[in-house]
Amino acid sequence: MKQTIRLLLQLFLTIALPGLAAGAAETTFSADLPALFTGQFNKKLEEAGLDYRGFVDLRGGRRLRQPLAEESTSMAESRLQLELNGDFAGLLGKIKGDLFADAVDDHSGAELREAFFLASPLEFADLKVGRQIMTWGTGDLLFINDLFPKDWKAFFIGRDDEYLKAPADAARLSLFFAQANLDFVYMPRFNPSSYIDGHRLSYWFPGTQTIVGRNHILRDDERSRWFDDDEIALRLYRNWGGTEVALYFYDGYWKTPEGMLEDGRVYYPGLQTFGASLRTSLEGGLAHLEVGHYDSKEDRHGDNPLVRNSEWRLLIGYEHEVAPDLTAGLQYYLEYMEDYDNYRHSLPPQTEKRDQYRHLLTLRLTQLLLSQNLKLSLFAYYSPSDQDAHLRPQISYKLTDNWLLVGGANLFSGESEATFFGQFEENSNAYAGLRYNF
Amino acid sequence: MRKLAINRILITSLLLFSLASAAGAEAKTPEVETIVKRANLAAYYAGKDGRATVKMTITDAQKRVREREFTILRRDQEDGGRQQFYVYFKQPSDVKGMVFMVHKFIDKDDDRWLYLPALDLVKRIAASDKRTSFVGSDYFYEDVSGRGLDEDEHQLIETTETCYVVENRPKDPKSVEFQSYTVWIDKKTFLPLKAEYLDPEGQLYRRVEALKIEEIEGYPTVVESRVDNLTGGGFTISRFSHIDFDINLKEDLFTERYLRRPPREAKR
Repeated sequence: MKQTIRLLLQLFLTIALPGLAAGAAETTFSADLPALFTGQFNKKLEEAGLDYRGFVDLRGGRRLRQPLAEESTSMAESRLQLELNGDFAGLLGKIKGDLFADAVDDHSGAELREAFFLASPLEFADLKVGRQIMTWGTGDLLFINDLFPKDWKAFFIGRDDEYLKAPADAARLSLFFAQANLDFVYMPRFNPSSYIDGHRLSYWFPGTQTIVGRNHILRDDERSRWFDDDEIALRLYRNWGGTEVALYFYDGYWKTPEGMLEDGRVYYPGLQTFGASLRTSLEGGLAHLEVGHYDSKEDRHGDNPLVRNSEWRLLIGYEHEVAPDLTAGLQYYLEYMEDYDNYRHSLPPQTEKRDQYRHLLTLRLTQLLLSQNLKLSLFAYYSPSDQDAHLRPQISYKLTDNWLLVGGANLFSGESEATFFGQFEENSNAYAGLRYNF
Repeated sequence: MRKLAINRILITSLLLFSLASAAGAEAKTPEVETIVKRANLAAYYAGKDGRATVKMTITDAQKRVREREFTILRRDQEDGGRQQFYVYFKQPSDVKGMVFMVHKFIDKDDDRWLYLPALDLVKRIAASDKRTSFVGSDYFYEDVSGRGLDEDEHQLIETTETCYVVENRPKDPKSVEFQSYTVWIDKKTFLPLKAEYLDPEGQLYRRVEALKIEEIEGYPTVVESRVDNLTGGGFTISRFSHIDFDINLKEDLFTERYLRRPPREAKR
């Protein structure tokens, strides 16, 4: 662990220090860059149709409670992100990757986040092939029809928001017509979400009906066969004079392992979804509505206790700027379990049961201050049916155009250890970070 | 034959008459509504579309400097009416590649979107108070896309050698932070040269001015402007370069497709 900390400090200082020195001498952003990246070098890149950006990020976090089964440090890592964009006569390309050193896992390495080409083979078509981040749907930190991979670990320990969206290897064909637009995404190999497996964050294990962590790391049965374990996602959408309407379809697998095998491992059962959304301005604010049906293909009657049942999901939200630079957003979200009686009867006695209806409310408050350089934000999830909550307060301050200071917390609380946020109570943490953008 | 000749005389005299009356009108001071309408067209509707690269230097009261650089593409759907804007950010690096898109309306709230490339997120932004800071600068959204002419009562308070001086009072004083503002409009080009804002106590607290004007492709154009926050002590200077008008921007450039796929015109 010590060695990794030394490594990540070195990485951070090597890259950020020249910038700091330049930044102290000059205040303009061009002079704030490390010497290597300025002047002639930039010009040459530009002439070649290339440009770059990146950052170095140093972050640490601590648990607010001392859990039995985890380390007390929730995060201690350094990251260098580099992004290169190219435009070759209309053919766009992008490569973006991270080098990281993680002292909690005692591990350093590289992660390729994006690597794709985007071409327009026809005037009305775009084709994007390669590793890419994809997002659609109307929810704010709630996803119904967006079944692209997420990284829930990153989200719950306080990495930057961008890490909530995990990359997928995909071919995305977008067709644009006067009446409507169509997105067709094919992912030849399943891209799961990163879920809470006990490794860094502890969770409720139904098998033992207790909270477990490093003492019980979940093992999953990977779905990694090319073209067999594939996924398809479709979106048909249009903008009707400011009202955005979309229809969605997905055929693949539950993104988190919602099924359990007899040997105690978990797996990703088949899933097919369809849904719709609407987003429009309303009374000086923004309203959105989204609905989706989750067809759990391996438990169509809901009588298999080892596989999650089919569900309906509904989301209604409204956002409004309540004062200058103060925005408030409210959402109501519902998960309705189908075949609830079959589910209840299939469970062994004395086990914690989910409710048929899971109601969830979210609140987002964002206040910008000091010429928008200071941002105070709070995102809160609260479930009146599960009696649990997750609060995400955050402060970030732009010291200069390059330097950013951030601090925040992930707080979990629940009446029961078996509910979604309640199970993470022992994982409540606070974090701080320093970032240099170049 | 004869009839034709008479007709020709009639037409010629009619033409001469109308030219004379036009010249007469030019000499006279136009109605204030005409002045503000022409100023609005000169400042925000030059050509049928256009592009510019904007460098903003924001200096706060403590003399700390921050910079913004973006390309702005504009397309008019009708002169003096609906418009589309596409703003592609280049600097600072944490916002590089982000796109801010506006569909501006006259009779209802604008539709606004922000595209965040790191998340591939097309975020719709709640139609907000247009008198809040644009990207943390001393400019307001309204300074960038224009203020609706119907929102104020206009009064011509002075005609100087070079300028029409127009005082503007909001019809709904609660919707804005100022009591009134006065604009100096160039008589020849109808470009607003300076605007001064008074707060509800009648104190001057904000000034927007054109520092440099050039004729570009036949359109008198502000190429450098400045906003002073006279109570806070900060100011912002904008420099416009790579300006082009009438470049035939397509309507579909201002749709979700091009948020995800910035066009050449924006990246240059």
